[in-house]
Parts: sequence; structure tokens; C-alpha cells
Amino acid sequence: MKLNHMLVPKWTTLCRVDVKPHLSLSLALNIHFVFTASHRSKRRRTSDDVNIEDRLDSLITRVGEKSTSSLESNLEGLASVLEADLPNYKDKIVKILCDCVVYLPEKITVYTTLVGLLNAKNYNCGGEFSELLVRNLKEALKTGEFESARMIVRFVADLVNCHVLVASSVLQMFDNFVEVALEDNIPQVRSDWYVNSVLSALPWVGRELFEKKEAELNKLLQTIENYISKRHHIHVPSLRVWASDDPHPQEEYLDCLWAQIKNLRNNKWVEKQISRPYLAFDGVLCDALQHTLPQIIPPSHNDEMKYPIPTVVFRIFDYTDVPEGTVLPGSHAIERYLIEEQINKIIDSNYLERKECAAALLSFPTKNKLPLNYIIIETVFGQLFRLPKAPHLELFYGVILLEVCKLQPSTMPQVLAQATEMLFERLDSMHTICIERFVTWFSYHLSMFQFRWSWDDWSIAVQQDPTSPKARFVHEVLQKILRLSYHQRVMESVPESFHCLLPIKPQPFYKYEQEGAGSLPGTMKAHALMSAIKSRCTPEEAAAILKELPNPMTDDDSSEPVFNPLKIDVFVSTLLYLGSKSFSHSFAALAKFHPLLKSLTETEEAQICLLRTLYEVWKSHQQMLVVLVDKLLRTQVVECSAVANWLFSDEMSQDFISFYMWEIMHSTIKKMSKQVDKLQKDVDEARDKLDAQRRRAADGLDMDGYDDDDVPTPEIIDRMEDKLETALSQQKSLFLIIFQRFIILLTEHLARCESDGIDYNTAWYKWVIERLQQIFLQHHYLVYKYVSTLEELLFTSNVDIHILEIFQQFCSLRS
Amino acid sequence: MSKSLNLRSKGQTPSVQISTYRDQHFKGSRTDQDHLLLLSTTLYVGNLSFYTTEEQIFDLFSRAGDVKRVIMGLDKVRKTPCGFCFVEYYSREDAENAIRYVNGTRLDDRIIRTDWDAGFKEGRQYGRGKSGGQVRDEYRSDFDEGRGGYGKIVLNKIRTRDT
Repeated sequence: MKLNHMLVPKWTTLCRVDVKPHLSLSLALNIHFVFTASHRSKRRRTSDDVNIEDRLDSLITRVGEKSTSSLESNLEGLASVLEADLPNYKDKIVKILCDCVVYLPEKITVYTTLVGLLNAKNYNCGGEFSELLVRNLKEALKTGEFESARMIVRFVADLVNCHVLVASSVLQMFDNFVEVALEDNIPQVRSDWYVNSVLSALPWVGRELFEKKEAELNKLLQTIENYISKRHHIHVPSLRVWASDDPHPQEEYLDCLWAQIKNLRNNKWVEKQISRPYLAFDGVLCDALQHTLPQIIPPSHNDEMKYPIPTVVFRIFDYTDVPEGTVLPGSHAIERYLIEEQINKIIDSNYLERKECAAALLSFPTKNKLPLNYIIIETVFGQLFRLPKAPHLELFYGVILLEVCKLQPSTMPQVLAQATEMLFERLDSMHTICIERFVTWFSYHLSMFQFRWSWDDWSIAVQQDPTSPKARFVHEVLQKILRLSYHQRVMESVPESFHCLLPIKPQPFYKYEQEGAGSLPGTMKAHALMSAIKSRCTPEEAAAILKELPNPMTDDDSSEPVFNPLKIDVFVSTLLYLGSKSFSHSFAALAKFHPLLKSLTETEEAQICLLRTLYEVWKSHQQMLVVLVDKLLRTQVVECSAVANWLFSDEMSQDFISFYMWEIMHSTIKKMSKQVDKLQKDVDEARDKLDAQRRRAADGLDMDGYDDDDVPTPEIIDRMEDKLETALSQQKSLFLIIFQRFIILLTEHLARCESDGIDYNTAWYKWVIERLQQIFLQHHYLVYKYVSTLEELLFTSNVDIHILEIFQQFCSLRS
Repeated sequence: MSKSLNLRSKGQTPSVQISTYRDQHFKGSRTDQDHLLLLSTTLYVGNLSFYTTEEQIFDLFSRAGDVKRVIMGLDKVRKTPCGFCFVEYYSREDAENAIRYVNGTRLDDRIIRTDWDAGFKEGRQYGRGKSGGQVRDEYRSDFDEGRGGYGKIVLNKIRTRDT
């Protein structure tokens, strides 16, 4: 036992730092078994196994991390340890290695080298590893885990360099993949993925193929070139961060990679970025026996498959922006691709631990030759602004920029400030979605630095029209800062010249207590209601007070009106005013009178009336509007369609390009879809339960007392399905409302401009058309379900081409 | 599968694990408490300024996901904010993101701290210090403008000296 205790800490340090060769991990841990064998039970043995497996896991997954000894000696040591453990733990070792391929892709060459060394020592192990990897690749292709698949393809390619796989068999896989480009009637995103997976592996294996199989490689590249030249680019405008190519071209990812690969080819496939630890082991590796990769045929296309959406490469810096002594590779240099890819992979592997992520980014290999800070900032912004969606939570990008600034306080903040200046400079052609993300990030960033910023450099914003991108940006940033601090603070943070862009101080407006309120029809009752609520009246008592209010709509029509706008206004504005102290107070007020509120607002018109009153009370407090609409939707006082119609209504047109309106719009769509998802899940679970019970019954296993209350009856399921049906049709009609209102609004604008003989492309138009694009992009998987309905009913050939284009770009994202 | 990579693929990395702190007033066993902490969607948020509002907390924490409610910690005598709160999310995933990305960052110029909480119970919104606020504000000897200046004990000493 004592020996074991002594061994444990030693092996733990070994996991972190370096690996001493020639000792099996299990052997070392098992020494104590010799001494304690007679006392050992079977159970102990298992827990020791687990122990060893955990340590193997830790050793393998951590190799290549910062260490006091060289990577080569660590790899050599680890390979020896693993070799000794192969007889007992081969399956486990092979599995862990295969996981590293997918989960630690930034260390690809570390693991290909390790596999190479193991293969040189134990041919069977190399074979089993390749077999499992191929199985995983096939599975990933079948289940649509395309990023995992791409990493496996690259790994497989690099195994050629480590003498684990035969070059011609990898080339065969490439040929099979590229052949997808010749398939008929498939979406471009499918062939794109297969071609991209080959191209993105070529920097690793290009040189080897060039030396051994030049003719075949050329043939492969010819096929790719033909494909690249024929691709459509309809989707590109909707994915660009900037509409302009000045100062840097905004290239489609596959076009850009192809240009980079062509350059690599011209340089005889020699690149200067990939670290290749296997080169140090050439002597050992070149004697190893190689395996032949089995045939890997891409699974055929089916319409359910969701291939990755294309992207546009994000660039803000070029070589003129970075300090002397460092070189930023040009946009068509393969090194630029490789660096960006590596940074992206470091982020994707470490985003869950922000401090580790920042440390990993800053300890980038070969960092001394590169303007690393610039590359990190560009890549982080590249992810934040990626359309349609950033890969991670927006907040993550804010916090990771904070962490890298903390670790490099003397250099990073300046680079970040420089990038921010550039983003501001280029606001005029920036996509609305990206401006919105820029606002969200920048306000957060300022809040971490006491809201200090050299605002005077941005004074151009004050001089421009308030709807212009720069003015709007500053205003929206101040709005967001207001939410994170308070009005006085915001006012003190910006120079006086910026006060014209300052939001007004948020406070409730209660018309029944304003001067001259006496003449309003509801004032008396409003005051009565207020004192009743203050003295804790019941909802029934409140209803009784409202009952006496006349209905102003009665005169219009002989039939009984379906709702009473005066009742709604008096009740809702009084309730909100009384709860105005905080969100919690408002929530409590709404909760207490929930049934009454619901009974007053049964129709969509009535709900819109309620929202109008809400707006009247809180129009100076955007965050309150956002939070209260959210609450009203969740408590089912208002429906999603009512909110959408309200946002598009004339009363709200003055706020139409305000960002909070779109915050409400998108959270409404999101809530609708969450509701659908939940109902769908309920139905699926209920059906499964019922099916299971029926199977049991059919097998004669259904005993009395076994079919508990948990199993739903077919009638219950029917009711659940009805509910789901309703929700689905609500969701569909929500999208139809939104798109129809957009078309009406934009068509009116275009027609007006034409008849007035002015340019339609105004600041307002840009904001609005890009908001339309945002609906498509942000909810593309949902909207895609209705694509044929939309084409048939709304986006017909009668619609103006400028509007129709947006729809077509959306359709081409997945075609 | 590799255990460490498996945990990571499920988002279970160190920063979202439950910490060593346990609410001493919790009614129930340690196991019950740990079980609740593992499933909880509620965070305890500490080191707030007394002046930070629910709205500010709402905005920062909403950046991690949909916030269900914020319960302000109050001085049990004065019923005014005393520098802590509970933030409840609709989902565990969003709460985890808050622990990951909000913990240790600034709100109102103060570094705030977040930790898992077993779920809000009526009464827990009140400070547990002798004078009504949080215990830490009893014994503090530094001057913290955002938290009422000196700690309560030091403050009382100053008062007796001055009178």
C-alpha cells in the first residue's frame, strides 16, 4: 500500500510534464500487487484498472502541452509506455487516440507522430487504430458530423507522412471524395464539403503525394479546378461581413482556399507553418510497415442531411498594419490559412475554459515570427461576426478578448483598440447583424474598463444623420451601456458633444397622473384602481372597478365589441406604473393579476392594444420593454403573432430601426420555436411510452398493475398532437406575418422612391433589408421548412427583385 | 471513450463543477445539497455594490442565456440591497455559461463572484450578518465605497470615538 502511495504523485507529475521512457504505466502501478496479492479481492483489481485507464487517458490527452522537456522526448517516452501497456490495454489506447483526432485537432501532428511510433513498434496496433478511425469517419459522414469527419480526413492524410498508411490508398480516398463533385442533382453544399475536406488536408500531405504520385495528384487537382470554376456564388452577399471589398476582398472560403492551395502547389508543396514532429523520427518511422486504407465511399445524398453552410473569410489586417519585424502572411498564402485554422481549432477545443483558452492562444507555436496578437484578434472577430451564426456564445468572445488583454497587458489592448477603430471606420458597409454584434461586444468591453474610450476620435458620428451607421452605432452602444450602468454614468462617460446621441433617462410615463389628465375618460377609475391595488385588493375587486368603464368602440358598430381598449389601457398602465420600481415588482404585479389580464386580452387586437399601452408607459426604457414582452409571451398573455404585428405597426415605425425592436422580434421567434420543440418532445415521449407498453402486451408480458398511470392513453396523445399541430401552424403563420409585413414595407419604399425619382438605397432601406436577411439567416433551419410555401405565397415573381434577391440568397445557402 | 474528452464534449470542465462552499443553513443532508447543486439553475452572485440594480444584473447575466428572475439580497433590517443576489435561469446550460463567462468579471466596476446555489427559498434574500447585511460586511476593515464604507464593527468603533 505504501509503495502505491509513493507512486501516485510521481505518475501524476509525469502526466503533466514529461514522460520517462521504458516503463509501463500498468507495470509501475502493479508493483504493489506483488506485495499485496494475497489480500486483493477481484473488486480491487477493477478499481486499479480504472485507475490505470484514467492515467493512460491523461497521459495521451496531455502530451504536447507545455512541458519542461522537448516534445520529441515526451513522444518517445509516451510511445514506450504505451507499447508496454498494449498487451493489456490496446483497445482503450486505440480508442483514446481516436478521440484525440476529433477533440484535439490542434495537436494533429503530435498524434500522427505518436501513432507512427506505435505502429513502428507494433504493426497490429497501427492497423487497429486505422480501422477504428475509418469506422469513425464513415459513421461521421453518415450522421452528418462533418467537422469531425474533416478532422479525421486530415489526420488520415498526415498518417502517410508517418508511414502508417500507403500514399496511394489515401489518394484513392481523395479521388472518391472529389468524385462527389460530379454527382447530379445534389446541393452544392454537399460537393463543397467533400472538395473542402480534400483541400484542407492537402497542406499536410501535398508534398508526399507530389513526390510519390505526381500524375495522380495533378489529375485530382484538375477535377477540383473544374469544380471550383463552375460553382455558383448566389449565397455570398448574404454571408459577407462587409458589402465592400475595400480595403480587403471578402472571399468565399472555398475560392480562397483554392487560391491558397494553388500557391502551395507553385511552391512545390512546401509550407512553413505546420510543425511536424515526425521528421525527428524519420529513422524509426521509415522502417515501419504501412497499412492500406480500405475503400471509403461517401454515403449517397439524402435530403435530410444538413451539410455545413459556406462561409466568407473575415479579414481586417494586412501586412501594412502589423509592427516591423513580424510578417503577416498574405491573404493567398497557405500559411495564413494554416494559422487561422490553428487558432480557430484552439478556440473550439478550449472555449469552455476561458483562461486556458487565452493561455493556449498566446502560446501559439512559432509565435515569435508572427504578429500573433493581430492574428488572434482577427480570428476572434472572424468568429464573432461569422454569418449566419457565431460558433460560440457571443459573451464568450467578449470574455476571451478580456483574458488575452489581461495576459498581455502591454501589447494586446492596443491591438484590440486598433481593430476596434478599423471596425468603426468600416461601419458604413458592415452588415446590420454584425453591427449589432459589434454593439453588444463593445458595450460589454467598455463596462469592463470603466467605460473609458477616446470618444473624441469618433466625433464624426455626431455630425452624421442619426440613421447613418456610425451615429446609430454610437447611440446603440450608449443604450447598451445604459443597461449595464445608469444614466448619470453614461452621461459622464462621453464628451458633451455626444449628448445628442444619448438615450433619454428611463422612467415610466403614467398619463393618468399627468397635468390635464382630468379630462381623460379613464382617469377617475385609474385613480380608484391605483388606491385599490395599493391596499391589496383582490383581482375580482379590480375587475369590478374596471367594469364601469365605457367601451369607446361601442359606437362604431352595432354588435358587441370583442374587447375594451379603455379597460386595457387603464388597467395595464396603472399596473405597470405601480410595479415600475424594478423588474421584480413588475413581474409580481403581472403575476397577481394574470387571469384578469388574460380575460381582457383574448383577441390578437386586444393583445396589440395591451402592447401599445406597455409602450406608452415604458418607451424610454428599452430593456423594460424587452423583459416585459418576454414575460407576457411566456405567461401566454400575448401571442407571438400579436407581438410581430405590433412591431410592424405604424405606432412603432419611429423605433423600427432601433436595435431593441429586433431583440424583441428574434426572442419572440425563438420562444415560438422552443414551444414547438417542447410539444414535439412531449408527443414523441408519450408515443414511445405507449408503443413500449403495446409491445409488452404483444409479448404477453403485460401484467396487471404494470401499466401504471405513466403510460398515456391514445386519447391523451391525440390531444397532445392537436396542441403540437396548433403550435406548428402558429409558427408558420408567425413567419408568414413577418415576411409579408417586410414585403409590404419594402415594396412601399421602393415604389415611393421610384415615383419621387430618388435613390432607393437609403440608410433606412439598408437597415430594413438587412433585418429581413437576419430573419432568414438567424432562423434558417426553421424557415427552410416553409421554403416552398414562401415561394408560392410571398416571394413570387411579382415581388421587386431587390426583395426577391434576399430570398434567393437564403435558398442558395443550402443548395 | 476518453473520460476527460468525454466530459469536455459534454461541457463538464472544471469551471462549472460545484465548488467547496456549502450553505451552512441548508436544511437537509450534504448528499441532498450536492444533488440539488448539480441540477440547479440558480446562481449565488457576490461582491456586488449596494447600488447595483436588478436591471444591471439582468442585462449582464442575460448575455449567458434567458434569465428567469433575479432576487436581490437585502439587509434584513433596512430592506435595502446589501451586495449579493440570486440569478435563476430557465436552463442549466445557460446557468453553466454564466458560471463560465461571468464569474470573475466586472459589473459596476466590481469583480463579481458566482457560485452554484441549491435554489432560492423564502428568507434567503436577507443578509445573515448581525447588523442586517452580509456577514463579511461585519468584519471587514477596509473602506469599500460600494458597500457602505467600512465594515460594521469598524464603523461602530469610529462612531463611538467621534461621539
